[in-house]
Amino acid sequence: MKSWMGKMKAIMLFGFLSLLLAGCGKENLTALDPKGYGAEKSLDIILLTTGIMVGVFLVVIIIYTIVLARFRRKKGDNHIPEQVEGSKKLETIWTVIPIILVLIMGIPTVVYTFDLADTSEASSTLNINVTGHQYWWNFEYEDHNVVTSQDLYIPVGEKVYVNMLSSDVIHSFWVPTITGKMDVNPENVNTMYIEAYEEGVYWGKCAELCGPSHSLMDFKVIVVSPEEFEQWITDMQNVDPEEVPTDAVAQEGQELFQSNCMSCHAIGDASSAGPNLTNFGNRVHFVGYLEPTKENLVEWIMDPESLKPGNKMTGMYEVTEEEAEKIAEYLMQLKSTDVTPESAGGLID
Amino acid sequence: MSQDYSIDPKNLPEDPSRVTDEGKFKHLGVWMFIGGESVLFASLFGTYIALKDSTAGGPTTQDLYGLELVFLMTMLLLTSSLTSVYAIYHMKNNNFKKMQLWFGITGLLGLGFLACEIYEFAHYVVDYGFTFRSSAFGSAFYTLVGFHGGHVIFGLAWLITLMVRNAKRGLNTYNAAKYNSFSLYWHFIDVVWVFIFTVVYLMGMVS
Amino acid sequence: MSTATTQKRSVSAVIWDYLTTVDHKKVGILYMLGGAFFFLLGGLEALIIRIQLIKPENDFVSAGLYNEMITMHGTTMIFFAAMPILIGLMNYIMPLQIGARDVAFPFLNALGVWLFIFGGLLMNVSWFTGGAPDAGWTNYAPLSLQSPGHGVNYYVMGLQLSGAGTLMSGINFIVTIVRMRAPGMTYMRMPLFSWTTLVTSILILFAFPAFTVALFLMQFDRMFESAFFDIALGGNSIIWQHLFWIFGHPEVYILILPAFGIFSEIFPTFSKKRLFGYTAMVFATFLIAFLGFMVWAHHMFTVGLGPVANAIFAIGTMAIAVPTGIKIFNWLLTMWGGSIQINSAMLYALGFIPSFTIGGMTGVMLGATVADFQYHDTYFVIAHFHYVIVGGVVFGILAAMHYWWPLMFNRILNETLGKWAFWTFFFGFHLTFFVQHFLGLMGMPRRYWVFLEGQGLDVGNFVSTIGTFLMTIGVLIFLYNIVHTYFKGEVPAQDPWDGRTLEWSVPTPVPFYNFKQLPLVRGLDALWLEKMEGDGKIKPAEPVAPIHMPNSSILPFIMAVGFTIASFGFIYQLDGPLGRITIYIGMAIAVGSMIIRSLRDDHGYYVEFDEDEPQKEGA
Repeated sequence: MKSWMGKMKAIMLFGFLSLLLAGCGKENLTALDPKGYGAEKSLDIILLTTGIMVGVFLVVIIIYTIVLARFRRKKGDNHIPEQVEGSKKLETIWTVIPIILVLIMGIPTVVYTFDLADTSEASSTLNINVTGHQYWWNFEYEDHNVVTSQDLYIPVGEKVYVNMLSSDVIHSFWVPTITGKMDVNPENVNTMYIEAYEEGVYWGKCAELCGPSHSLMDFKVIVVSPEEFEQWITDMQNVDPEEVPTDAVAQEGQELFQSNCMSCHAIGDASSAGPNLTNFGNRVHFVGYLEPTKENLVEWIMDPESLKPGNKMTGMYEVTEEEAEKIAEYLMQLKSTDVTPESAGGLID
Repeated sequence: MSQDYSIDPKNLPEDPSRVTDEGKFKHLGVWMFIGGESVLFASLFGTYIALKDSTAGGPTTQDLYGLELVFLMTMLLLTSSLTSVYAIYHMKNNNFKKMQLWFGITGLLGLGFLACEIYEFAHYVVDYGFTFRSSAFGSAFYTLVGFHGGHVIFGLAWLITLMVRNAKRGLNTYNAAKYNSFSLYWHFIDVVWVFIFTVVYLMGMVS
Repeated sequence: MSTATTQKRSVSAVIWDYLTTVDHKKVGILYMLGGAFFFLLGGLEALIIRIQLIKPENDFVSAGLYNEMITMHGTTMIFFAAMPILIGLMNYIMPLQIGARDVAFPFLNALGVWLFIFGGLLMNVSWFTGGAPDAGWTNYAPLSLQSPGHGVNYYVMGLQLSGAGTLMSGINFIVTIVRMRAPGMTYMRMPLFSWTTLVTSILILFAFPAFTVALFLMQFDRMFESAFFDIALGGNSIIWQHLFWIFGHPEVYILILPAFGIFSEIFPTFSKKRLFGYTAMVFATFLIAFLGFMVWAHHMFTVGLGPVANAIFAIGTMAIAVPTGIKIFNWLLTMWGGSIQINSAMLYALGFIPSFTIGGMTGVMLGATVADFQYHDTYFVIAHFHYVIVGGVVFGILAAMHYWWPLMFNRILNETLGKWAFWTFFFGFHLTFFVQHFLGLMGMPRRYWVFLEGQGLDVGNFVSTIGTFLMTIGVLIFLYNIVHTYFKGEVPAQDPWDGRTLEWSVPTPVPFYNFKQLPLVRGLDALWLEKMEGDGKIKPAEPVAPIHMPNSSILPFIMAVGFTIASFGFIYQLDGPLGRITIYIGMAIAVGSMIIRSLRDDHGYYVEFDEDEPQKEGA
């Protein structure tokens, strides 16, 4: 029994060590290494409460260890311990101290809660309308007539307001490294602000169960310098949806796209039933998680169901493999701006 | 050996419904049940209040409600509560005939209330096209008021069963507990209606 | 009824006996058997979930099936495993602890257990009829409305049935404790497990109706096309969340308070010392229950209720730590200065303290709104509530099994096997769930069918799955222990643990009337008091006299069958007239048996004592 318990302890130890090796997780996904205002405030409270709680835990464990070390019944020992009713003094101590601890944790929590819910500056700064769909995100820069999907571009160091609404079921908007989450409800607009401290490409996740492909509803937040952001907005505004590609294959692809895909997808500043594909060639990923290669795109067009179960695209069109390749060629060439994820440093692998 | 449930007319118990253990248990049990039912109706009221203005372009509370009918319904139900008090009074005096009579009147008033409610619902559906499915408000209205109506129907069925079953047997400590449970339940239904009258109808006509 | 005659009865007679029983002990065993069955089912689902997550982008199960697994795992474990097993224990133990011969409403008690069993089975039928519910155990609208097929209908009707049964148990236990305590058993002399049974029942009474309403609204929307959650017609899906959590948060305390009660019995018994701060423990229980109703919205911090609501609910949530802390320290001080004997039951109790403390602490951390914006709906939450529910409730149930097994089944569970099971389960549990705190903070939301490669989540998930295998082994050892004990178990001496409370004063196997003479209770820890100050025997409060007992009846079973048939009708009622006909048939059966029940006088019967042997006699 003893040696076997030793092995168990070794396994546990191995578990924790491997965790340490993994560190705090991936730097553009983890909430433990914040690079934004909301995430930073959250981490403050996380550390404060964890610290206090670990302290309480240590007290419990110390008493627990002493109890187990000192008061075990020995063989043949039949004494009856004194039947203690209780102790007013002790019980008062462990009522009052926790109350004080709750206050220590409660006050900053309340202050930060109001701070993060402050929407008073919403009218004077950049507003982005976020719409959650099964299973993708639409981003509309209302003041600039720019619509995009899946890749959310924001300027570094600026308060940006996101106004969130769902078109179907409840989703939740979460960019762990930059900000905590907020639900995307179908009946009311929720507003919160985000402010990123560092340029980069960050993972965004849907955090409310929304159907079979809930786990594949990822998006990216691409934080660029204010100048690059201006540039990006201007380039996006100047997109000509009808622009004809130069090579013949892509031209055919465009025609096929227009006849097969435009009932749901859009290019330009329109919101559509399916993702807006403007600037598609510069996407970090498509479908939330796939590398933007032509092969992947063809595979997706031919059989979306196997890559994103329950999506709304399956069965909406019929194309042959060759046609799919042409469409893919066209889409891969949709690059409307020089401000790309690479400008922000690219996705860290 | 078997338990004696008869009531000695010369030595009347203070409350024949709470002589036996079962009677005492039932009394408390019904109170607890009413406690649970209060939460049930509170949840329904909450839902109604949240959705009462969600008319989706359909009829609103002001369009629909009329005070006359609802006032009549309130009077019917309040009176039926009073008559059930008389019935319990006669139960305590071991006067079975009068108890049955007053419970009978209680039942008739309850039936009258139910008839008015059916008329009211039919009126909304036929004249306004306002149904369970027209809007969230419609769903919430019919669910709240309908749940209450359902409780009235259940109460009436309960009362009729009790009265028919015991018509020939007279009162004893076994069935007195059952009558008493019914009466508590009936008062509760009445109280719920007072809230419906206030929250649904009065507030609906004001706002 | 002696043991010899019991053994001679045929299998069919035993089955008939259980189908018609109104005896609180047999009903309790039915609850536990049913709960154990669903516990294994839920465990299997958990295993499938963890195997799916053993490596990134795994395809062990499909996305749709995965969502069905998580939904059924959660629902099964909460409603059909943990709660029924606890209600079974309350049923069996509480009347013995307060010196009662049965519960106040034996008939309702039987109806409750059958509604639970049929509710659980009904929900699991959905696996074979085109898909289980898949909108999560919280079943949030509008996802649950959009869910295709009949899965969510099964969820609604299965929970509606078993919820009605639970409500009946709640009322039953309250009346039992208020009205049926033995002479001298004042409230402040009641064992803590009976106290927590009372408080839990109050929670059930006031929490479940909110869920009943939520389920009705869902049922109407899905089966009768109403518009409560239909945004296009003005509906509002947040209503579901409020109603669900107004029920759902007290539900957490419905699960944990009985476990607190169990530990409050076990620590004193095996420390040979009275519970430290009994009065404070009772009031802490009430305080937890009271606060439990005020904090439901901490499950909804990210919904967008606004900072005022969030701040209030945050403080309320943190405040619950105070009474819970009182309990932890009182347990520790109960052992302090005691004479601690460590066996399997005590091991689970000792394992509970650090495990549950971690769960409670993360609870406080989750209550801090701003921090919750990061934790919410991630694996951190998964870790938190498994620390509370496994580290608290499941440890409590397993401790209770080892502790009360001799009383319930007249056998002692094997100690060696018990310790093996404990250590495997304990290590497996921490290995599975501790790492999940970090997975959550590293960016892994809950209910994710796959996690992607290269996001730093591989190791944690792998470790977690290995832990699940260990937990599985632990459960299998425990099951083997039950089988082993059934065939080769040691028959215990009367009062094997040197107990303190009334249930250890009755002979085993426990006679069906529990107490030949009602006991006279002279103080807290009634049996211990007699051991210390008297001859170790409980004094009778009445002379030997005929005992009034309720009659067995098949009606509860038939009623439950009727309601189940009607539920099938409701589930399929939009598919054509057959559904509606089924509703009528089911309701006719159920209402018919109700009418029979109310028209037939059922006065019970008397047990007469002829010398030592009890004799049955009709009414």
